[in-house]
Amino acid sequence: MRPLTEEETRLLFEKLAKYIGENIKLLVERPDGTYCFRLHKDRVYYVSEKILKLATNISRDKLVSLGTCFGKFTKTLKFRLHITALDYLAPYAKYKVWVKPGTEQSFLYGNHVLKSGLGRITESTAQYQGVVVYSMADIPLGFGVAAKSTQDCRRVDPMAIVVFHQADVGEYIRNEDTLT
Amino acid sequence: MAALIEDVLAEAERSGPGGLRSIHVEKPLELQFDLGNLTALDSNPLKPGSFRQDPEEFLRSLARDNTQLLVNAIWQLPSERQNEAIVAKLPQPTTRIPREKALPKTRPPTRWEEFAKLKGIQKKKKSNLAWDKEKKEWRRRWGYKRANDETKDWVIEVPETADPNEDQFAKRVTAKKERVAKNELSRLRNIARAQKSKVPGVGLAPTDQPSKVDLSKAIHVAKAATASVGKFQDKLPKEKEQRNAGKKRKFEPLIGDFSAERQKQLELLKIMSNKKPKLDLTRAVNRQLREDEQEEAAKRRKMHPKGRQGGKGHNQNRRKGQGRKPTTKQRGNRK
Repeated sequence: MRPLTEEETRLLFEKLAKYIGENIKLLVERPDGTYCFRLHKDRVYYVSEKILKLATNISRDKLVSLGTCFGKFTKTLKFRLHITALDYLAPYAKYKVWVKPGTEQSFLYGNHVLKSGLGRITESTAQYQGVVVYSMADIPLGFGVAAKSTQDCRRVDPMAIVVFHQADVGEYIRNEDTLT
Repeated sequence: MAALIEDVLAEAERSGPGGLRSIHVEKPLELQFDLGNLTALDSNPLKPGSFRQDPEEFLRSLARDNTQLLVNAIWQLPSERQNEAIVAKLPQPTTRIPREKALPKTRPPTRWEEFAKLKGIQKKKKSNLAWDKEKKEWRRRWGYKRANDETKDWVIEVPETADPNEDQFAKRVTAKKERVAKNELSRLRNIARAQKSKVPGVGLAPTDQPSKVDLSKAIHVAKAATASVGKFQDKLPKEKEQRNAGKKRKFEPLIGDFSAERQKQLELLKIMSNKKPKLDLTRAVNRQLREDEQEEAAKRRKMHPKGRQGGKGHNQNRRKGQGRKPTTKQRGNRK
């Protein structure tokens, strides 16, 4: 377990900025406690200071997880965001996509969102912008990347993909083994 | 002169038992002898009174008596004559003396030994002799006049894949030298590891067929072997940059100063937000187009409140003519 280097912090923030923009500083500096990012076995964990101090008592090979896992760094130092970060992305998301009730299940199984399943989308979403996917009842389902800008979403045919799937809550069951 | 000698002898006769004391010593308890170490242990209790009266005399007589007994015991041993001297053969010492130095530490296992333990490889005991096919006799396995000696081959077949002008004998000699050097390096490395001393990390054992990893390592070593440690060397077109070269990386402490960490992160965020262009061209153009679209839609609604055509058809035709946004990458779904 170790703190992130400058390079790694930069990569992490760049990725997070795609989804929550400048709200990252609300994650870094919180009124209700000191939270920090720590790296353990290539995974980034967002953990409060209290829990971190407790976790130092566990040996490296026995420690599985601490706090919330935001994602992991691949071997070539690319950061991959995991679904476990949704709880922290959803409240600060800048661009949201609401999905119709029928398409919810399809998205939760890992499929992309088609134009026919799109309920609402925040105005002025750029193409390839990171978005958080909600159900019509405002429950965060996961996140993805907007395949089309809001403009184009209006004009495109119903079978076209509008949101690329990146992570959904169904992964908690599908990828139970790999999530920590 | 003769009178002097007579006087001395007469004196000795007169002193008798008091003067030259006899070789017999009476002791209540027998002494314990360790003749191997030439020691005697006297367990007789001391008489406190005689010690206090005349300590010097008491100690001297005690020492004399015990030495006499020890010498008597030595005379009892079997003796032999060596170079005009009578020598007694001492038996083995019986008292256990503690070690002078500590027990030697067990040698840490070498890399091969660790590997063998992991894999469960047992040491196979080889016999000393091997059968020499040519000479048809048993010879030692290695050393002087060994069986199947490769260096004594008077002809070596050139393999098909080899260069015909290559000297196979010299090749064997150099191969042997390389093997010896590699073994020596491994041995020294094992010793260094055992003593936890530093080993030069820039070491590549010379191999006949270096693998891809060996070659890339050799490239990096050679690149850094300049006066400015490779800073001004050009990079090859497909050369992979070494990520952690040599030294171990140093990280911040795990529970460092949290506020300092936070400050650094906030600064990083500020730099990142400064780098991002405030006026995103794409978004500006998009926004402009959106406004135009809304205007059009509003106008059309006013003109045709009921028979309103799909804004899509009109707008598209309109948009084709105009200069489109410069940087969007469309994925071919444009109508």
